Amino acid sequence: MDLTGLTIDSARSAVAERKTSATALAEAFYAKIEVDDQKIGAYLILSHERGLEKASEIDRLADKGGALPPLAGVPVGIKDVLITKGVRTTAGSKILGNYVPPYDCTAVARLEAAGAVVLGKLNCDEFAMGSSNENSAFKPVHNPRDLSRVPGGSSGGSAAAVAADMAVATLGSDTGGSIRQPASFCGVVGLKPTYGRVSRYGLIAFASSLDHIGPLTKTVKDAAIVLRTIAGRDPMDSTSADLPVPDYVAELEKPVKGVKIGVAKEYLGEGLDAEVRSAIEAAIQKLGKLGCEIVEVSLPHTKYAIPAYYLVATAEASSNLARFDGVRYGFRAKDVRSLSDMYRRTRDQGFGAEVKRRIMLGTYALSAGYYDAYYLKAQRVRTLLTRDFEEAFKKVDAIVGPTCPTAAFKLGEKVDDPLAMYLADIYTVTANLAGIPGISIPVGVTKEKLPIGMQVFGKHFAESTILRVANAYEKAA
Amino acid sequence: MKVTEKDVAYVADLANLELSAEERTRMVRDLNSILGHVDSLNALDTKDVPPMAQVSDRYGVDESKKGSERFAYASREDVKEGLRKSFPTDVALANAPDSDGTFFKVPKVIER
Repeated sequence: MDLTGLTIDSARSAVAERKTSATALAEAFYAKIEVDDQKIGAYLILSHERGLEKASEIDRLADKGGALPPLAGVPVGIKDVLITKGVRTTAGSKILGNYVPPYDCTAVARLEAAGAVVLGKLNCDEFAMGSSNENSAFKPVHNPRDLSRVPGGSSGGSAAAVAADMAVATLGSDTGGSIRQPASFCGVVGLKPTYGRVSRYGLIAFASSLDHIGPLTKTVKDAAIVLRTIAGRDPMDSTSADLPVPDYVAELEKPVKGVKIGVAKEYLGEGLDAEVRSAIEAAIQKLGKLGCEIVEVSLPHTKYAIPAYYLVATAEASSNLARFDGVRYGFRAKDVRSLSDMYRRTRDQGFGAEVKRRIMLGTYALSAGYYDAYYLKAQRVRTLLTRDFEEAFKKVDAIVGPTCPTAAFKLGEKVDDPLAMYLADIYTVTANLAGIPGISIPVGVTKEKLPIGMQVFGKHFAESTILRVANAYEKAA
Repeated sequence: MKVTEKDVAYVADLANLELSAEERTRMVRDLNSILGHVDSLNALDTKDVPPMAQVSDRYGVDESKKGSERFAYASREDVKEGLRKSFPTDVALANAPDSDGTFFKVPKVIER
């Protein structure tokens, strides 16, 4: 049996039917990571002790013949912005290089409570700021489909680990596309749930009104399984919604015939790569053949999404990252003259170039004299972008389009041009500003065999609908 | 040029950053490039559009309720140990770059 190629259900069944043990499964993944991750760089920290302890707990339960939890023995990886008690958590930053958290992120705790085995912590752009994973303070991640290319970001390690069979499923975070874009670049499934669907407790904050936690998986069904496990009200996050969690897995198989699917012309316009466009058009046709009703819709403010997003996101980031001052945790600069000198040098030496750029942009947008022109203006445009979706969703149940304008680009290609890097997020940031759910699924490859992703958006809390559409496509593909 | 070296120095000061001379030059260039793109927002008339700070006050809530009542579920009793116990001192200090076992230690705050 190819242990590392399994999906969640097949891994759990293999453990439940005693075809393998949770321990053997975890060890198979660790063995693969030791060899293959040298050239990919997906993992920053391996949590052997914690992972193998959980695996042996599952094995003891299986030995006793007890009922196994839904993710029993399933090896998972966790993006290193989600904190893990006793397991070093860096957020891809030097400033947290030695940080060992005293408590667990709710989403991680829920996965483990459901039987999952945490293999380790996954590489990412520093504080989840980036679209290529090149902003990690430790090492870049290489795309498993083509090692000269980026895996996307910021959850590049989370996507690469799934694509390279170094985890069955992973958790990522998505503030402007950081789950969906790397999923698209690496040819896996990535789901950003509705804002409030999954608790953010224990997620190292980047932009609190835009941050989301979600799964990256090999199949749509696996994404539904992980979401069902991590979703739901958490008293530790006051913005987590007080709504029941549907059985996303049971709802997957409901028919898609008659589902109204919107195609936004603004998502198929200028700047979209021709190969990506034809793959998306073919995928839309396939959805039509499956019985979905294809309707043209308009999201007229799309071209304003990037500037609005980068003002709101950086403003919130500048505030959130003020906590890194070298006092309570993390790195502290040596040989300082005074307290204020310590703050400055600690932050100067501890943060990387992109993080400083965003802190500066955000601080500027919030500063006296510029607040109305930049921050407040961006918040008003956020309302317009959200209204675009509200109007469109009066006519349709879901909206589809490309996840990214191009397939994965080369390492180093955009690293010196921050604006070019930001513009690549054009199709993903809108869902974060509006808080709606979005899923990226593979819909083909370019001539160079690089994966292409299609995104499906839904109404707030309508994850069931987008999972159902994505699943129907995946089954038919 | 919207942002000058002087602006960068001022904003760096607000953000508790120092930045090297080289970083400041680069920052002037990058911020101007990004803000140049941001200027496209000026094409939109937004004076009658309310600002949106977050989504959770509008979606996933009981709309029949008003104001803070909508979020009653997010309240708890105001008691000493609310949702979990506070960390003991040693745990809270475990990640500190410097401490004396009871307090975080920092360089002298008041300078003579």
